[in-house]
Amino acid sequence: MGERLPLRSRPTPTVHSRSSGDQLKSPPFAYVAPTSVEEALTLLAEHGDEAKLLAGGQSLVPLLALRLASPSALIDLSGVPELDYVRRENDHIAIGAMTRERAVERSEVVREFVPLLSVAMPLIGHLAIRNRGTVGGSAAHADPSAEIPAVAIACDAEVVVRSSARGERTITSDDFFQGFFSTALEPDEALIELRFPVVGPGTGVAFEEATRRHGDFAMVGAAAAVRTEGAHIVEARIVVIGVSDKPVRRREAEQALAGAEPTRAAFEEAAALAADSLTPPSDLHGTSTYRRHLVRVLVRRALESAVQHSQEGG
Amino acid sequence: MSETVDILLTVNGTQRSANVEPRKTLADVLRDDLELTGTHVGCEHGVCGACTVLIDGEAARSCLTFAVQVRGSEIVTIEGLAEDGEMNPLQQAMQASHGFQCGFCTPGFLMQITALMNENPKPSEPEIREALSGNVCRCTGYQSIVAGVLRATGQSPISDSTHQE
Ligand SMILES: Cc1cc2nc3c(=O)[nH]c(=O)nc-3n(C[C@H](O)[C@H](O)[C@H](O)COP(=O)(O)OP(=O)(O)OC[C@H]3O[C@@H](n4cnc5c(N)ncnc54)[C@H](O)[C@@H]3O)c2cc1C
Ligand code: FES
Ligand code: FES
Repeated sequence: MGERLPLRSRPTPTVHSRSSGDQLKSPPFAYVAPTSVEEALTLLAEHGDEAKLLAGGQSLVPLLALRLASPSALIDLSGVPELDYVRRENDHIAIGAMTRERAVERSEVVREFVPLLSVAMPLIGHLAIRNRGTVGGSAAHADPSAEIPAVAIACDAEVVVRSSARGERTITSDDFFQGFFSTALEPDEALIELRFPVVGPGTGVAFEEATRRHGDFAMVGAAAAVRTEGAHIVEARIVVIGVSDKPVRRREAEQALAGAEPTRAAFEEAAALAADSLTPPSDLHGTSTYRRHLVRVLVRRALESAVQHSQEGG
Repeated sequence: MSETVDILLTVNGTQRSANVEPRKTLADVLRDDLELTGTHVGCEHGVCGACTVLIDGEAARSCLTFAVQVRGSEIVTIEGLAEDGEMNPLQQAMQASHGFQCGFCTPGFLMQITALMNENPKPSEPEIREALSGNVCRCTGYQSIVAGVLRATGQSPISDSTHQE
């Protein structure tokens, strides 16, 4: 602190416009706005891993604002309408990378054929975030607590990626999501589409989360899809987030439920199986023990409400 | 300083142009270039909602959108709500309900509420709370804001036992 001057003799402050130079939060970058996927891929190949694709910006812009990323160029996909679609193709629902999260939330096709994705959408941030954030952006960003990767892993969705040099490849969700903010995407590849298999009849779904504040990333979340036939569970899928560097399937718990009757005891047992072998990280938001406890509670709740949902007619 | 780009926007019904660095957010451009300082910036990373505006009719964070991304779009800001210098019915209802104190959060709230009312003219209290969950207010405790939305949509405000103005 400088010497305190009496009020009257203080110099008039100079007003700096935030527009000038480094008063802006984001580091500078070159901006390119392709109008087709092909053009975007060519640009991506030219710029290499110095460039980043810009989708909804709801994860990338905060990273730039905090200067945790400083790409030399941003390739904006806003003007590439061909990546914005939800459509049924045979036994799967194809969702283009630039489809906004809010559009998926509103989609009747998704509600009917990929109900787990539908119930997960309102859990992502807030309305204004989902209006801009995209399915492809969330998948490519691969936040370990994000809902879309969890649903993709639960549903065995496929991820279609493309580069100008090598064309297209289709990757299973298990292989695509590799860990903490990391995916199978090569620097010259763009995510094109996610393919979610159409659910079978009698499937109920639920996504349960514990968050500090409404709309925050989950401390722990549990997704469940349960298919019942008559009085028995035919198949259960359980994925947990917030406990590892990527969403994790809980196969032991799933197997314990196959063929079982949907009783509280069966859910309790499956929830214990889902929780017990996990060693979640401890951080500011919760200890490892607390997170493991949450897994047990949330998996049980998710199973209960999934079965209830399936019995109401899916 | 990187190269600048010419952009055209329709802001509150008027065509506006600016020549800006691509790294300027829509909030920066509205406030600094177009001198529309009604849009407030708080956190500048998407959490507080103060900077919420309508982009082609949908509520969005102007701090998380580069202006170049929305070239050609229709933007509505808090300055676009009043009609002929008169506060619109939502603004009047918020005033009548004491829906703000310092007013820092108010522009963002009003834009998010405008989007809600466009989609759902009679939102229930839970729907209002859900829609406003991404807007932070450090003053009011939210009750009077929710009451303002109920009033604006012709519904009776929250009972006085839970709401003390
Ligand atoms: C306040 C707040 C709360 C949030 N809460 C949640 C939450 O609870 N759950 C949740 O899941 N998310 C949450 N998000 C993140 C939000 O869902 C993001 O929108 C999403 O993760 C990224 O999508 P985007 O379209 O905005 O991508 P961008 O931010 O544009 O891009 C993200 C990354 O993906 C890359 N990328 C984008 N598109 C492609 C593509 N087609 N091919 C290859 N790479 C690509 C970009 O280069 C960048 O590295 C929150 C965000 C905010 C600001
Ligand atoms: S300033 Fe944009 S959300 Fe806080
Ligand atoms: S009125 Fe002061 S922050 Fe909301």
